Amino acid sequence: MEVALNNNTHKLLSKIAINDGHGENSPYFDGWKAYDTNPYHPRNNPSGVIQMGLAENQLCFDLIEEWIKNHPEASICSPQGGFDFKEIALFQDYHGLPEFRGAIANFMSRVRGSRVKFDPSRIVMSGGATGAHETVAFCLANRGEAFLVPTPYYPGFDRDLKWRTGIELIPVVCESTNNFKVTLGALEEAYDKARESNIKVKGLLITNPSNPLGTFFDKDTLKTLVRFINEKNIHLVCDEIYAGTVTNGNEFVSIAEILEEFPTICNHNLIHIVYSLSKDMGFPGFRVGIIYSYNDTVVNIARKMSSFGLVSTQTQHMVASMLSDNDFVDHFICESKIRLAHRHEMFIGELAEVGIGSLESNAGLFFWMDLRRFLKEPTFESEMTFWRIIINEIKLNVSPGSSFHCEEPGWFRVCFANMDDETVMVAVERIKSFVLERRMLEIKTKAMAKNKKQCWQNNLQLKLSSRRLEDIMSPHSPLNSPMLRAQN
Amino acid sequence: MAIEIVQPSVGLSKIAVSETHGENSPYFAGWKAYDENPYHEKHNPSGVIQMGLAENQVSFDLLEEYLESNQEATSWGKNVSGFRENALFQDYHGLLAFRKAMASFMEQVRGGKAKFNPERIVLTAGATAANELLTFILANPGDALLVPTPYYPGFDRDLRWRTGVQIVPIHCESSNNFQITPEALESAYDHARSMNMKVRGVLITNPSNPLGATIQRKVLEQILDFVTRKNIHLVSDEIYSGSVFHSDEFVSIAEILESRNYKDSERCHIVYSLSKDLGLPGFRVGTVYSYNDQVVTTARRMSSFTLISSQTQFLLASMLSNKEFTEKYIKINRERLRKRYEMIVDGLKKAGIECLKGNAGLFCWMNLSPYLNEATREGELEIWKKMMEEVKLNISPGSSCRCSGAGWFRVCFANMSEETLEVALRRLHEFMDRRRNGQKTHDLSALAQVQSFSLGDICRLFGERSKDLKSDLISSLSDSR
Repeated sequence: MEVALNNNTHKLLSKIAINDGHGENSPYFDGWKAYDTNPYHPRNNPSGVIQMGLAENQLCFDLIEEWIKNHPEASICSPQGGFDFKEIALFQDYHGLPEFRGAIANFMSRVRGSRVKFDPSRIVMSGGATGAHETVAFCLANRGEAFLVPTPYYPGFDRDLKWRTGIELIPVVCESTNNFKVTLGALEEAYDKARESNIKVKGLLITNPSNPLGTFFDKDTLKTLVRFINEKNIHLVCDEIYAGTVTNGNEFVSIAEILEEFPTICNHNLIHIVYSLSKDMGFPGFRVGIIYSYNDTVVNIARKMSSFGLVSTQTQHMVASMLSDNDFVDHFICESKIRLAHRHEMFIGELAEVGIGSLESNAGLFFWMDLRRFLKEPTFESEMTFWRIIINEIKLNVSPGSSFHCEEPGWFRVCFANMDDETVMVAVERIKSFVLERRMLEIKTKAMAKNKKQCWQNNLQLKLSSRRLEDIMSPHSPLNSPMLRAQN
Repeated sequence: MAIEIVQPSVGLSKIAVSETHGENSPYFAGWKAYDENPYHEKHNPSGVIQMGLAENQVSFDLLEEYLESNQEATSWGKNVSGFRENALFQDYHGLLAFRKAMASFMEQVRGGKAKFNPERIVLTAGATAANELLTFILANPGDALLVPTPYYPGFDRDLRWRTGVQIVPIHCESSNNFQITPEALESAYDHARSMNMKVRGVLITNPSNPLGATIQRKVLEQILDFVTRKNIHLVSDEIYSGSVFHSDEFVSIAEILESRNYKDSERCHIVYSLSKDLGLPGFRVGTVYSYNDQVVTTARRMSSFTLISSQTQFLLASMLSNKEFTEKYIKINRERLRKRYEMIVDGLKKAGIECLKGNAGLFCWMNLSPYLNEATREGELEIWKKMMEEVKLNISPGSSCRCSGAGWFRVCFANMSEETLEVALRRLHEFMDRRRNGQKTHDLSALAQVQSFSLGDICRLFGERSKDLKSDLISSLSDSR
């Protein structure tokens, strides 16, 4: 269909429409392009790019599929569930199906080891966590006001919290020297910086467990954060989307538990949780986002705003059925943790063999890989250069730390739960081969450098060794510089 | 529950504390009345009948029949093998099969008189989201969209609340059946400019809610010429396009654009949804169809905040790509709605009530202006309250739709069984009877007081009817004591 394009219409769109707030013009999309144009497939394209930049949980679909097969009544399209079809199809009340809210509250509780209860009447739907974050921002802050966010953080926040709302994000810098923990000092610094720039801070947004770190906050840090926001009278938004991916027993502490154990620690009206089934259950396509607020007004307003992103009642019905089956839920949560832990350990173990370390973590669908020593210089340019090597040569799409606003170059997020075991081994082999080749090269080039020094004293020997140099030198070796060749 | 800690009140945004969500308006009293006392054929036959909800319940049997005969296509296949891929699919382009099915359905609804390209279809969770999303793209905070009155009350929230955009009404009058005129367009535009607002576009609903009538081709052409002249956008919400009683009476903006070879079409955008035509409001299926590439790209990115569940996309892709089913559905649905419309209009006529001549939608636009005590909003609300409290019908007063003239009401007819509709019509009939008698009664008692006539004298004056009148008079007199 030919539609004549009129340059004039560019001026006819809103500022929001023509700015970069959608975040898609960043260079990091190169990685995605590389994957899209050359995706790995074990049989059809075994040398393609393996996708390790997508935080998806694909480890437990067998359990879910089994459940669905045994519960046809969960689908309103089946004969067993069809009786409800009309009622479900007509239901558009933004409170959501009562059984849906009950099931979500139940699931959220069990994910936290039943250490805390959630009130179904505080559960508000949204278009995924993406929609939840935007809605919460609309409720808590005006255009031009700001949220503090510890770095490194999920790049999507730049779009979700800022694009249409017009609010700012101010980084709270976290450093590798203390394992990227959020410190009171960093919080105060960020807060003061905002004040100096005349920006009003309305809240602090944390992701717990963290994306991209894969770590979770310990109780003391959480208490410190809560005291901080309470003292400043700003909101605390806790994105607990990875709560169910914690593999380390019962050590994860939700903000809900802090409020229950220390009820007078703060004004509860400041606390809001964002959740979703996209990571814990592996249902990103179903768009089940949840806002859980301890503030009655926010629940009320967010619920009205949820009209812009309600969960399909067909999906509400299925989720209600599945997540109120406690036998299934408990088994799923337990098994998922086991499989995630196993997968994580597999990767970490293999990489350790070739001397690649990562931040110690036990949550999330990824780990935070330390590749600092592979950078020519500790700069983001070097990080990008090396990243292109990872994509183009090692053929893995991993996410560079700078895309998460990490202040230190050399860190990469590697997802491990979005592929099968065979692909894991292929990815691991590729990394190991690359590292080993590099090491061999380093050894050889070091040896060469030593040799060269001796040869310069003898011209004849130099000629011989330069021929040998050319035989074994790789184009990437720093020894292959024109400067050196000029010496011959 | 939260412990009370004495603190300065916690700051929320201006958007959060504003009233632009519209739910504190007096019209919600009608909903409350229904919620507290809902009609039920057996359990509560004297309850409030809900006639304020534009839902389509007349064709569910067709949908259920489809599901029964197409188990394989609508489930995730043998061994639910399709589940995983479906659950993981979160691409904001949407399922291609579903976009193709939507494009094809939209074509069928327009009798093939316009073509739709699946690549221009952007999916949103309902038309509510589609309208807000388009507004974010087409206008800046403080700018204005021109919207013909009367209009769907939800627009006040959808177009304005979080976007900060204003609505300036294009006043339409009953004297010409509420048609949009070039003068009204110009007047609205000038009014906006006089308030220093930049006008970004015109938003029409075609077929109209609440009028229940399609916009004529000639008028559409005039609107298109107007927006072209002013170099602004045109959004056509065609959510009721499948609910037109006679297929040849609906002209979509898509047809006009096609006939103009898409010249200047990049300022046009269509909003659609399956909530009305298919009766599936719970599934949240909306779409923005734009002839502007940049709008399509931007809308698609924004749809991340409001994607359609892939589970629902999958189900509907199957249903809507079955052309045999959709053709049958569109035809039968249309006929049933027409039948319902005729039933309600005839019933109202017998009760002495006229409606705007309509040809689409799930409601009729009823004229009670001759029966108002005063031709004002107060007069309208007075009769509306009576409808709620005495007649026990929840209908929507025209003032909630920003209608210029008082006394018009939107009455929905497709969200109930035929039997219930008959009950509603009977009640209205009785109410109108009582009111006619009641008015005379009211006049008589005043007259009687002034003139000191005896009750017997008055009854003799009115002859045969006096028996009824007498009992009414007696009861009204005893009430006033």
